[in-house]
Amino acid sequence: MTTSTNEIVATCQALFDDLSFSYAREWKSAAPGRIVVGYMPFYVPRELIHAAGGLALGVLGGGDQLEVIQGDAYYQSYICRIPRSTIELGVTNRLDFVDAMLFPSICDVIRNLSGMWQIMFPQVRSRYFDVPQNFSDAVGGAYYIHELNELRDMLAEVSGRPVTDEAIRAATGLYNENRRLVREVYAFRARQPWKAPASEVYLLMRAGMILPVDEHSRMLRDYLDAAAADERPRRDNSRVVVTGAFCEQPPLNLIKSIELSGCYIVDDDFMLVNRWEQEDVPTEGDPIANLADSYLHHSASTAAKYEPDASQKGLFLVDAVRRTRAEGVIFATPSFCDPALLDRPMLQRVLAANDIPYIAFKYAENSGQMQPIREQAGTFADSIKLWSTP
Amino acid sequence: MSAVQTAVVKDSSMLKQKEMISGNYRKLETAKAEGRKVAATFVPGNLNELIMCFDMANNLPEINAIQNGMRKKTGAYIMEAEKRGHSEDVCTYVKADLGMIAKGNIGPDGQQLPNPDLLLLSYTGCFTFMKWFELLRDQYHCETAMLHVPYQGDGRITKNMISYVVRQLREEVIPKLERVSGVKFDIDRLRENLRRSARAEEDFVWVLESAKSRPSPIDAYFGGVYYIGPIFTAFRGSEDAVEYYRMLRAEIADRLANGQGPVTPSGDMKAERFRLVVEGPPNWTSFRDFWKMFYDEGAVVVASSYTKVGGIYDRGFRHDPDHPLESLAEYCLGCYTNHNLPGRIDLLAQYIEEYQADGLLINSIKSCNSFSAGQLLMLREIERRTGCPGAFIESDLVDPRYFSPANIKNRLESYFQMIDQRRGGPSVAHAA
Ligand code: SF4
Ligand code: SF4
Repeated sequence: MTTSTNEIVATCQALFDDLSFSYAREWKSAAPGRIVVGYMPFYVPRELIHAAGGLALGVLGGGDQLEVIQGDAYYQSYICRIPRSTIELGVTNRLDFVDAMLFPSICDVIRNLSGMWQIMFPQVRSRYFDVPQNFSDAVGGAYYIHELNELRDMLAEVSGRPVTDEAIRAATGLYNENRRLVREVYAFRARQPWKAPASEVYLLMRAGMILPVDEHSRMLRDYLDAAAADERPRRDNSRVVVTGAFCEQPPLNLIKSIELSGCYIVDDDFMLVNRWEQEDVPTEGDPIANLADSYLHHSASTAAKYEPDASQKGLFLVDAVRRTRAEGVIFATPSFCDPALLDRPMLQRVLAANDIPYIAFKYAENSGQMQPIREQAGTFADSIKLWSTP
Repeated sequence: MSAVQTAVVKDSSMLKQKEMISGNYRKLETAKAEGRKVAATFVPGNLNELIMCFDMANNLPEINAIQNGMRKKTGAYIMEAEKRGHSEDVCTYVKADLGMIAKGNIGPDGQQLPNPDLLLLSYTGCFTFMKWFELLRDQYHCETAMLHVPYQGDGRITKNMISYVVRQLREEVIPKLERVSGVKFDIDRLRENLRRSARAEEDFVWVLESAKSRPSPIDAYFGGVYYIGPIFTAFRGSEDAVEYYRMLRAEIADRLANGQGPVTPSGDMKAERFRLVVEGPPNWTSFRDFWKMFYDEGAVVVASSYTKVGGIYDRGFRHDPDHPLESLAEYCLGCYTNHNLPGRIDLLAQYIEEYQADGLLINSIKSCNSFSAGQLLMLREIERRTGCPGAFIESDLVDPRYFSPANIKNRLESYFQMIDQRRGGPSVAHAA
């Protein structure tokens, strides 16, 4: 029996709406010895969590449905929303089943949140997860292998059993498959965006923040089949890449608004962890060295990662535009997001040099007013059409 | 002659520092003509001893922003950067720097600054640094060396971190310095520089710790920003820095012996009523007005975290000529904002005890997530641990739009009243 896109999307929507993470709670209690490891955007090596018998749970803030009451008391007005809503999730016990939390090296806010978590939730193992900004094997690679091994030891301690090479290789295989499918969904959407609306793809990817990897892969496969079979009206929309939203997530309504305003989103950086490694990670040999190698040499570009070669700066975005035949770029950035906002002028310069039009706006995860964004994106879509008319 | 001028004339260390700073700007201005190569680098984790080994001049964008802020030039620079597409939300040091470049790169002293030959990015304690340097690379199209310094997430420096930083120094930073400068690296020269650093650091720590006395002979925040100048910037490792701290120590020793309080812009502080520990950088555009709000009330800052952004020397670290590269690595790893939040809380709580402070004041800086994110929790924790009242004010570094004197003054006055009430009546002054 095939599952319809509606059914799949409804499942994803239910996972997305559930701010108590019932799915992950049930998963954990279904068998003894299971652990849940939360992680914040943008990247952690989920393979290790899986290999430790754990569920990797993406914690991406509270969105626009969570009422943040206590979280605001921890932050000044000029700091983005995601740390407040994450604290709210913590202090309202919505994350009380999480055994360990990982805070990736993305910005000073998440970095400092790792220490706050240590203080506020001492029963949880919290770890700041650093990644190298030096990309040579002997230097950044050696450092990173060590960090990965430390993480592996920590996970073994939390789960109470060793994390074997074999288990990491098996997990790597599962994540390779998952990333292949994610890439396929993105490619499918770029080919036929009317068949895979951005809001659906978004929810589908969000499900990957909660579901075990094999289950998510199954869902992606089902979606690809169902979406290909669906007949949906094709509109004369402009094709855009959305960038800058790699951490605090835009409200789902914002994604819908962009589409409603006449833009097909053909690429985005909403959940980079799903596509971080751009090639399969080898499943033979030393699994930790393989993960390190992939990070150093085959991972995506984003604002939190140093670009050692000035001539390459921003070209990933130009490539994304070319690959997806996009006609423009929308910089959708959380307010007060230092990495994305500081990166933006450099990316805009590169786009301008390549004659790629762009617009920019800011949002918060709980933004309610979509009218201005709809208008701005609508005008952009129209102007793209106008420019491209010979 | 005003009290300020009197103080300035008296303090030969101040004159010395002034000469050093203008000497460095002269070195930068004449660099091209004299064939000297220029490195641009940041304050936290700066590798001045190493840069000196290559006869390069050291230009510090943060210091330019501070100097321009004190000269009230940054408002226009920030607007210029925003006009050019930089967000109103991001660090104003970055925008002040980019705005200055956009307007012709005229330095704080009115002279043309040279384009750097090398951007030496000691990437420690703040994520903005990386973006800032990428933005500068976009402007200057010069060589960039990145030194990634891992964060002390677990509150400790591991062997892996040290060897990662040392490897980068060996394989990335030193070869680039050699190539750009044309000077071969001489480790003995580095050792000599580090030896001088350690000597200056001894005296510097003595000065900081003099604030444990009552009354304190120094203000460890407003005065402290002057005292950190040489050691945090282009002079650590030089004979000038050794000399400066020797002079400073002697001057403070005199003040201590005479029972004098700190020097302020209005002359000697007469009576010490409140002893504070301050977390966060100061505001630079209204630096003097800000300071006045404290000394007018008899409030002295006895310890501050800002004077640790370039190294927490008072917790024992010294540059070590016997382990030159490891010591540079440890230095970079140990800067204040590279410590995790629990570590920062421990340090400030200890300061409150050790310096017998009345409480903690946080000046939360809009620009600076590195410092600011988490400060409200820090305040609560430190109040809980020490039982001393805390206060929270907000301003910015170099953006005059975010300095609201009336609000800050009100906050401070209520804070001082609160301290008084806790003591059970108006505070007793420690006459200087
Ligand atoms: S939204 Fe931006 S500034 Fe906020 S936590 Fe995420 S990366 Fe950091
Ligand atoms: S964010 Fe803070 S530490 Fe970083 S450059 Fe700006 S002021 Fe300095």
